[in-house]
Amino acid sequence: MIPAAFDYTAPSTVDEAVRALADAGDDAKVIAGGQSLIPVLRMRLAAPTTLVDIGRIPELRGIRDDGDALVIGSTTTHYEVQRDPAVRDHALLLKVATDTVADPQVRHRGTFGGAIAHADPAGDLLAPVLALEAELVLHGLEGERTVAASDFFVDYFTTALRQDEILVAVRVPKHTGWGAHYEKFNRVAQAWSIVAVAAAVRTEGGVIAEARVGLTNMSSVPVRARAVEEALVGQPATVEAIKAAAAHAADGTSATEDSNADTAYREHLARVLTSRAVTAAAGV
Amino acid sequence: MTATIEPEVGKARLRKEDARLITGRTRWTDNLTVPGLLHLAFLRSPVAHAKITSIDVEDARRKPGVIAIFTGRDLAEAQGSLPCAWPITPDQKAPAAPSLAVDQVNFAGEAVAVVVARGNAEAHDALEAIEVEYEDLPVVLDMTAAVADGADLVHADLGTNKSAHWVFDSAEAGTGSDVEQAIAEAEVLIERTYRQQRLIPAFMEPRSVLVDPTGEQTTVWSATQIPHILRLMLALTTGIPEHKLRVIAPDVGGGFGGKLQVTPEEVVSLVVATRLGKPVKWTESRSESLLSAHHGRDQIQKLTLAARRDGTVTGLKVDLLADMGAYLRLVTPGVPILGAFMFNAIYKFPAYRFACTNVFTNKTPTDAYRGAGRPEATYAIERLMDELAAELGRDPIELREQNWIKHDEFPFTTVCGLEYDTGNYEAATAKAKEMFGYDALRAEQRERRERGDVVQLGIGTSTFTEMCGLAPSRVLGSLSYGAGGWEHAAVRMLPSGKVEVVTGSSAHGQGHETAWSQIVADQLGVPFEDVEVLHGDTQTSPRGLDTYGSRSLTVGAMAVLKAGEKVIRKARRIAAHTMECAESDLEFSGGRFTVKGTDRSTGLTDVALAVFAAHDLPDGVEPSLDSEATFDPENFSFPHGTHLCAVDVDTETGFVKIRKYVCVDDVGVVVNPIIVEGQVHGGLAQGLAQALYEEAVHDESGTLTTGTLADYLVPSAVDLPHFDTDRTETPSTTNQLGVKGVGEAGTIASTPAVVNAVVDAVRHFGVNDIQMPCTPMRVWTAINGGPTDAGGLGGEAGGGLGSIDTSGGAA
Repeated sequence: MIPAAFDYTAPSTVDEAVRALADAGDDAKVIAGGQSLIPVLRMRLAAPTTLVDIGRIPELRGIRDDGDALVIGSTTTHYEVQRDPAVRDHALLLKVATDTVADPQVRHRGTFGGAIAHADPAGDLLAPVLALEAELVLHGLEGERTVAASDFFVDYFTTALRQDEILVAVRVPKHTGWGAHYEKFNRVAQAWSIVAVAAAVRTEGGVIAEARVGLTNMSSVPVRARAVEEALVGQPATVEAIKAAAAHAADGTSATEDSNADTAYREHLARVLTSRAVTAAAGV
Repeated sequence: MTATIEPEVGKARLRKEDARLITGRTRWTDNLTVPGLLHLAFLRSPVAHAKITSIDVEDARRKPGVIAIFTGRDLAEAQGSLPCAWPITPDQKAPAAPSLAVDQVNFAGEAVAVVVARGNAEAHDALEAIEVEYEDLPVVLDMTAAVADGADLVHADLGTNKSAHWVFDSAEAGTGSDVEQAIAEAEVLIERTYRQQRLIPAFMEPRSVLVDPTGEQTTVWSATQIPHILRLMLALTTGIPEHKLRVIAPDVGGGFGGKLQVTPEEVVSLVVATRLGKPVKWTESRSESLLSAHHGRDQIQKLTLAARRDGTVTGLKVDLLADMGAYLRLVTPGVPILGAFMFNAIYKFPAYRFACTNVFTNKTPTDAYRGAGRPEATYAIERLMDELAAELGRDPIELREQNWIKHDEFPFTTVCGLEYDTGNYEAATAKAKEMFGYDALRAEQRERRERGDVVQLGIGTSTFTEMCGLAPSRVLGSLSYGAGGWEHAAVRMLPSGKVEVVTGSSAHGQGHETAWSQIVADQLGVPFEDVEVLHGDTQTSPRGLDTYGSRSLTVGAMAVLKAGEKVIRKARRIAAHTMECAESDLEFSGGRFTVKGTDRSTGLTDVALAVFAAHDLPDGVEPSLDSEATFDPENFSFPHGTHLCAVDVDTETGFVKIRKYVCVDDVGVVVNPIIVEGQVHGGLAQGLAQALYEEAVHDESGTLTTGTLADYLVPSAVDLPHFDTDRTETPSTTNQLGVKGVGEAGTIASTPAVVNAVVDAVRHFGVNDIQMPCTPMRVWTAINGGPTDAGGLGGEAGGGLGSIDTSGGAA
């Protein structure tokens, strides 16, 4: 469990980081909290020649209120996201999903942006980011660009990030007053989600006015359960109505098979867990 | 002054070794270093079965820091063949077991070369530069296929995949009647096939070995359970004379049987250090451990239970296939045999037959894992008793009681010929039922079932016993085991009155230092703090058979007690001389010899000082109180208990949540309740883990897909329920202390309690079995009429790291 040798650089600005990435070429990797990358390095599943540590760039860390959105710096730790009052008030879904990530040690080291950029389809923060229609702010040699979450996740562990780009922040539109729930299904506490469902719901007078549902580990990328969302809108916030809408949860997914779950079971779980997540988010 | 001290035995003392063990500021093998230390890294086969056609180490040899590289061919002669100490039958087939593969690899993870380098990182870097060419051979993974005619062979030269066939038949042994007749005459037959999935011991401290050949004796430090056995076996395997070897097990962080082994890495480290004349160290990574340290369990159990309609059991027939993996390690073949005498458990079966076929496959070798044979047996019988109860519409506890040995029937000779000395199953069960609230939970279960609740309640029972305290040497001899089962100890009185206790038991987390100190403090009447327990070094503790099979207290501590008796006997003679009285006039209590009927007395510690001075000893008396003893038990010990488990099964997802777990164990007299409690909790965690979480899974090419703790799901405290534990205390009559073993009890008892509860929760869906581990998918699939083993062998690992490349995983 000793990684192959690599060069290491810890720039203090985003521009320096981007330049270091560009200079190092294809075999460079960005490291932030290291909670996903270091195990991979130690098992020599990857052997990058250079690690660019963005953990010492002050501007990448922290959460700020930007009017209609929260801007979460990419190296903000899970623990900081969990404890932030603005996240709780305006993006509750992120908070409740982050609560389920790994254990306290990991949540103190691991970063929000790192989890997004790692793009593990079983990771717990991708579906909430997708469901909340967040935008990802990327910075490269040619400057900054913004990509919608729905365009960011490309495939297993693959994103729209170019080789010279780093994820600098995530812009999460405020969902003030929305109920939220993250229904995670795994076998033991430290295990990855077999399936999980991120749900945010806004009700008006007992009727579901808006709903956002994201699915974890139902495809090579996080999936938006749009059929469920559409079926929910205008329905009374009742168990029966939600269950009927949740029957569409697996529509358009392409779940994989492994020893924990075959495709049919994953699809079944998606429906059951969606029903439970939405029910909890709607406060029924 | 010492007349009214509270006895140490029975006191809930915190363990004196814990501060150093818990903080890690101690002598773990990997913490040790010596001048000029070199580091080893092993290259492991990524394939499960192949000829090695070439190994090119030239590039690797030129890597920075590399001192030497050895292949199996380089070491073929010096490394010998790894020992197997338990040939269960005279015609047992055993392949040569090289520590480094020479011509052929037989499991993925088998070591094929070793790099010696100045630094650990340099050793691992060089691994990647070694080029090995393999010519694939057909991979043998499935035991049933492996024993079929015309099967591909793991070891072609053996001509078969069957290592041995071992039978116990009560009619042939004269200990019972004929099981075939019982089956023919049965009013009810329960026939089932259960699978004991492959498990990985997953001890906390990875294995580590350091060899320093620069002294007159070569010193081997190893994270092992068995320093004494290891010394002998290393000598026999490598030809290095035994008296030239010193083995030290420093503090060892758990073993669970997984360090009851003579490992390839220990042999190679010794051979390489000797060849280079330089000290070397090897420490494995977690993935290397999961992959290459021996695995446990892995049996297919074909079972037939015969009974009468009134619920009386009349016969039990057991046919096992037991997976040896690719080689026979130290006690691999004997593990299922340790279960042979336990399938009948606490029940009065008149007829019993056990047959076991040991099978080779292209997997990591199996060997002892906590319980070793007895959990498998207990699982089978306790599941069958629930199935019989269901078949007859009876309460499973009441049915058990109808068949178990009553408390006034002890000592009881079983259908296997074992004599159970004591027990009180009624008392333990009554206490457990009360703590559990059995009747109320049954009522709730009925109500929820009628209501069609999404979450169904299930109740599982396990009324187990086990044989432990390995073992009477004559019994081991009758089972063809290669050694005895005695234990050795010494008690040394220091001039200042302090006491050194030397034990052949080799603690690796059990708390011997505390427990032995408590026993000796009471016996010699010295303060607990004045006793030091020495263990794990063949120089300070020259004789011993080490720690496994819940033997330390029942055998090892008995040796301590016997040595202490000799100290008192020697001291008595000197005390009588000093006080000018007859030895028979002295009584010894609270550390003092008192002349009966007087207030004249002298302390044992005073005698110790007088002996040191040696100015005035009786004629012919040696100036020493120090004494040794070797104790060979007359019988096993038979702890028992009643475990009750309630689970909530989410019928929509198949998720099992343990709602309540109650166990009442009877482990005889208790030396330290905290240690017993800890043993029970840890045992329960591992037993529950087999029921619900853990399984070593291989894909169709024989690659271990559960090679990290992201995939091999060891539960954490969050996943485990609160345990309600209590005890009844029926002293054993086969040892002076009245103690029974506790190290394996929780593991043996708990697995069937949990699975019985899961099946009970969903039996009304037509389910009568779910294969372990009862994963959510398996439970849900079974509820919905599917197979009981959904997602089994060959599946991709479900964790986030995926299946690891086996050679890379070791890097």
